[in-house]
Amino acid sequence: MSRIQESVIIRTVVRITVPFIQLFALYVIMHGASGPGGGFQGGVIFGAAIILYAMIFGIAEGKKKMSDALDKILASTGLVIYAATGLACIIFGGMFLQYSAVPLLPDPAEVSKYLIDLVEIGIGITVLAVMISLFFDISPPESEPEGAEE
Amino acid sequence: MIWILDITMLFFLVVCAIAAISIKDLLSSIIILSAYSLIMAIVWVEMHSVDVGFTEAAVGAGITTVLFIATLARTEGRSED
Repeated sequence: MSRIQESVIIRTVVRITVPFIQLFALYVIMHGASGPGGGFQGGVIFGAAIILYAMIFGIAEGKKKMSDALDKILASTGLVIYAATGLACIIFGGMFLQYSAVPLLPDPAEVSKYLIDLVEIGIGITVLAVMISLFFDISPPESEPEGAEE
Repeated sequence: MIWILDITMLFFLVVCAIAAISIKDLLSSIIILSAYSLIMAIVWVEMHSVDVGFTEAAVGAGITTVLFIATLARTEGRSED
């Protein structure tokens, strides 16, 4: 435990702000098609929220929320969502990621809107899992002061 | 385009870039690099490229700084040259 990790102010502020950062990340992911943002940026912000939590409350506490096994499962789940959406378009007779080919709803534009969101969610899940596992792999062991200079 | 804002931001960008490569303390270098990314994000947004600016702010100023500092905690923190 470093001096910064024991500070009541920092712990309280992190505990309060992390849910809002995650909510903002979800907003960025869902509005990627119509405004600035998208799956990659939203995933990075979501990952940054969990990295912030792990930095202040310790790597061990962070791994309790986001274990290595969960990281692997999420990283591959996002990839499967992306690939399955693309392949579904091929199965229904279109090109890869040609959303309007899927006869889910009567209006092709409507289908395209929902499938773009699905693809963005897949990208976001993979990016957040990879960012968190990068941080866990690089960060020093728990005994040393972690992020003390920041 | 607000040209006086552009010139100011680009000036600070050059100052940050030169400081980041010439400073000996690696932690200061990382922090200056983070400031460089933030100014770069402002320049992107000012040039009406909001999406790129968003990515620059999230990845350049956010995640990269954390990863660099985590790497620094495992190494010495002083440049040899």
